[in-house]
Amino acid sequence: MATVQRKIPFVGTPDTNPETKPFFDAANEEKLCLPQCVDTKKFIWYPRTISPFTFGAVEWKQVSGKGTVYTYSVMERANPPYCIAYVQLEEGVKMMTNIVGVDFKDIKIGMDVKVTFIQTEDGGPKMPFFTAA
Amino acid sequence: MSLKGAGYIVGAWEHPTRKATDKSVTLLHAECAKGALEDAGLTKDDVDAYYCAGDAPGLGPMSMIDYMGLKVRHMDSTDVGGSSYQVAVGHALQAIQTGRANVALITLAGRPRSEGMATGTAPRAGNPAQAEMQFEYPYGPATANMYALCAQRHMYEYGTTSEQLAWIKVAASHHAQHNPHAMLRDVVTVEDVVNSPMVASPLHRLDCCVISDGGGALIVTRPEIAKSLKRPLVKVIGVGEAAKNQAGGETELTYSAARWSGPPAWEMAGIKPGDIKYASIYDSFTITVLMQLEDLGFCAKGEGGKFVMDGNLISGVGKLPFNTDGGGLCSNHPANRGGITKIIEAVRQLRGEAHKAVQVPNCDLAIAHGTGGSLGTRHVGSTVILERE
Repeated sequence: MATVQRKIPFVGTPDTNPETKPFFDAANEEKLCLPQCVDTKKFIWYPRTISPFTFGAVEWKQVSGKGTVYTYSVMERANPPYCIAYVQLEEGVKMMTNIVGVDFKDIKIGMDVKVTFIQTEDGGPKMPFFTAA
Repeated sequence: MSLKGAGYIVGAWEHPTRKATDKSVTLLHAECAKGALEDAGLTKDDVDAYYCAGDAPGLGPMSMIDYMGLKVRHMDSTDVGGSSYQVAVGHALQAIQTGRANVALITLAGRPRSEGMATGTAPRAGNPAQAEMQFEYPYGPATANMYALCAQRHMYEYGTTSEQLAWIKVAASHHAQHNPHAMLRDVVTVEDVVNSPMVASPLHRLDCCVISDGGGALIVTRPEIAKSLKRPLVKVIGVGEAAKNQAGGETELTYSAARWSGPPAWEMAGIKPGDIKYASIYDSFTITVLMQLEDLGFCAKGEGGKFVMDGNLISGVGKLPFNTDGGGLCSNHPANRGGITKIIEAVRQLRGEAHKAVQVPNCDLAIAHGTGGSLGTRHVGSTVILERE
């Protein structure tokens, strides 16, 4: 059974936290860009522009958009239900997302996924979601 | 300088209500304060320090100090969700030890049930200036699915099963049957739990705590005052607090902050998990209990599923009696925050004032551990170890 895609809410605007606007600008072009710690080369989730590893600088970089499901949960009580997850990108960082376009029963930890973008409600930015690779 | 023994819990009172349609949150706080002071044999005028958290309406302690007519010289409103009250006990000890407080009052109260709050299943939009909000809210993080993410990963890494998690609810229900105030007093079976409707996979309805109105309060005081009162002496011998989160994207969801809040508390107390006679373990969900038991050292990491099976948490049956009031899973989770009721039941056990059907014989050492916030994103674990003197 195909899953019904819920409407995706957004709160504030991409300008609310001005320094993270590059994430949303890239997402609107269907590119996944994350900040990378200049010192440790680690990518950072959730996006911020002061490194939580060193307090040093970050550089915005486009990432592969490919990864695997680290964990997931189907919220059966929601209407329609949806699957929240953490995906571990090839680059190592784990990010929160939803798994979309996959029958819930087929979602497994470790499955390969790739990024896709969905427009948020009320003129909000596109956001990265993941579907079967 | 160690905080061991710097303070005693001389008052502990849980509001009997589970649905307070006719009372405000502030009144519930004040009734809890009054109850705990009467329990201690102290009066409002004795209080010189006040502690509350985000459940108190208004601006930190200021509003509640006004409402209750307190005169204090020390206050703290550290809000880390449901574990705020364990944190408050530790902070009260520091204030007492440094001469800034003699009698500390800690209160919690709320009425999410009367307010019809979909506590665990509705994502809550917060202030978008909260740094993670715009990167999480679109994905629908509620409470239940955040804990479910941890359960799913724990099952994957360690083979933990839904049936094992269910044993935690079964144990809580065995205790709740003796608590006249408990919301859920029917004893349930493993089958009842795993056959209850799925809320957020792999957590079922009966893996979740209750949504209840109510509250509780504690009085912490210095040794000289404690010894002048007519109550059994419950000494605080260990405290610890720690925050755990996504660590910049290096998220690990199979352990909790108890891994870090436990060791300083054990070290301060000078005891080990095997010495504990009774354990109050935060039980927002069954998985919360399982992970904290592992992280506090009651069993090895990954062995929690086996540890909780076959009634091992049931008083009189198993090796580690837990949450003998029925806990958040069956009795009470006031204001969606279960930390204070964990401490209150530990105090009852140490005083020998728990229900006789669940009272642990010769209960001289107890732990009360809290987890506040969201296990799947960011939370604070706080540990309190208590000794009957």
